[in-house]
Amino acid sequence: MIKTDILIVGAGPVGLFTVFEAGLLKLKCHLIDILPQVGGQLSEIYPKKPIYDIPGYPSVLAGDLVDNLMEQIAPFKPTFTLGEKADEIVQIDKKMYQMTTDKGTVIQAPVIAIAGGLGCFTPRKPPIEGIEIYEDKGIDYMVRDPEKYRDKTLVIAGGGDSALDWTIELCDIAKKIILVHRRTSFRGALDSVDKVMALAQSGKIDLITEAQAIGLKGEGSLSHVTLKTKQETKDIEADYFIPLFGLTPKLGPIAEWGLNINRGAIEVNTEDYSTNVPGIYAIGDINTYLGKLKLILCGFHEGTLMVQSAFKYIYPDQKLSFKYTTVSGVNAFE
Amino acid sequence: MDDNTINITIIDREEVEHPIEVPTDMNLNVMETAKASDLPVEGTCGGMALCASCHCYIISDHELPPASDDEEDMLDQAFFVEENSRLGCQIKIVDNINGLIVKLAPVD
Repeated sequence: MIKTDILIVGAGPVGLFTVFEAGLLKLKCHLIDILPQVGGQLSEIYPKKPIYDIPGYPSVLAGDLVDNLMEQIAPFKPTFTLGEKADEIVQIDKKMYQMTTDKGTVIQAPVIAIAGGLGCFTPRKPPIEGIEIYEDKGIDYMVRDPEKYRDKTLVIAGGGDSALDWTIELCDIAKKIILVHRRTSFRGALDSVDKVMALAQSGKIDLITEAQAIGLKGEGSLSHVTLKTKQETKDIEADYFIPLFGLTPKLGPIAEWGLNINRGAIEVNTEDYSTNVPGIYAIGDINTYLGKLKLILCGFHEGTLMVQSAFKYIYPDQKLSFKYTTVSGVNAFE
Repeated sequence: MDDNTINITIIDREEVEHPIEVPTDMNLNVMETAKASDLPVEGTCGGMALCASCHCYIISDHELPPASDDEEDMLDQAFFVEENSRLGCQIKIVDNINGLIVKLAPVD
């Protein structure tokens, strides 16, 4: 079990910088994120795009900002649980929460800071009627165990890196792969595109372009995927349908934590970004208040004020004297 | 209609038509216009053509600037993409799209 002072849900820029401000107050942080890497939207959506409104940086690439934040918070030795979803919160003592992730990791902390951005990045599900019926019965939104597909017929849909990479990876394992893509060109890495084209030419895979999966059939489990091409609509036999259309953020379990939610965002008090639940705060894009702007720099401000309040919440009898870093420096944790 | 506005129509997912008067001098796009009118468009990435949450169909026969590679790539992540599919964030509100009709694509 992991114990910390502040459990930060979301390792995007705001969650990361909050580690620094907490560290100045000698508060330890543990961060959890559903993505396998830190940086949130900056790493997942636009790592190579410049940001122009970070004070002191005329221009900084999103990915570089994440690297810089990691360097900045390193003295305060944050710990991470990545690739896991914050699932359930229970209050186990007057000032102690216990969070369990979807993979069973348990973390205890008196304060929880939700810096969840737009929510949990989850695989995009094609809006095909009845798709839920076949989940775990022939439909997988991600590939976890390639062996599962040994000697099976797979329909993979999508045109990006993950669709290409898994087609290449699984083509020697599966009995047959049908790759379905809406265009004739692919946006994946050039090398992968070439490999997939070669596989199609040699007949190792069936490549069906300018086509989309529009329906699913099967009694009890999936048996056919309905494809619509420019010429026709046809049913293709398949043991598995694997749609790989990237990730999209969803509020997810955050909605179940008893917090006041307003149009997909958590209502907070702007004095300290506290929620309606004592000890739980919300900072960055996930919160809402009068005048809210979804900007990284606003999230930095929110995290800074939030940790002051968290300190007083955890140690109500201790006095906190405010010090500039220029005066006190950065005192790294042991 | 004064000089600096045009009219567009956005059809929502319940087939309801929303006529909207939009200023042309605010550097707006169709995604932002839909959001400002409280229509259910996420615009997750804020208009960088990096998500597909503003996927829409062009219903009227306006000649629009062709989609960039970035936009085409991102449309690959959308569903029910048709010949007339575009990302709303890449369609700028300018004078010559006066009368444009777009329909919001289904969401997952």
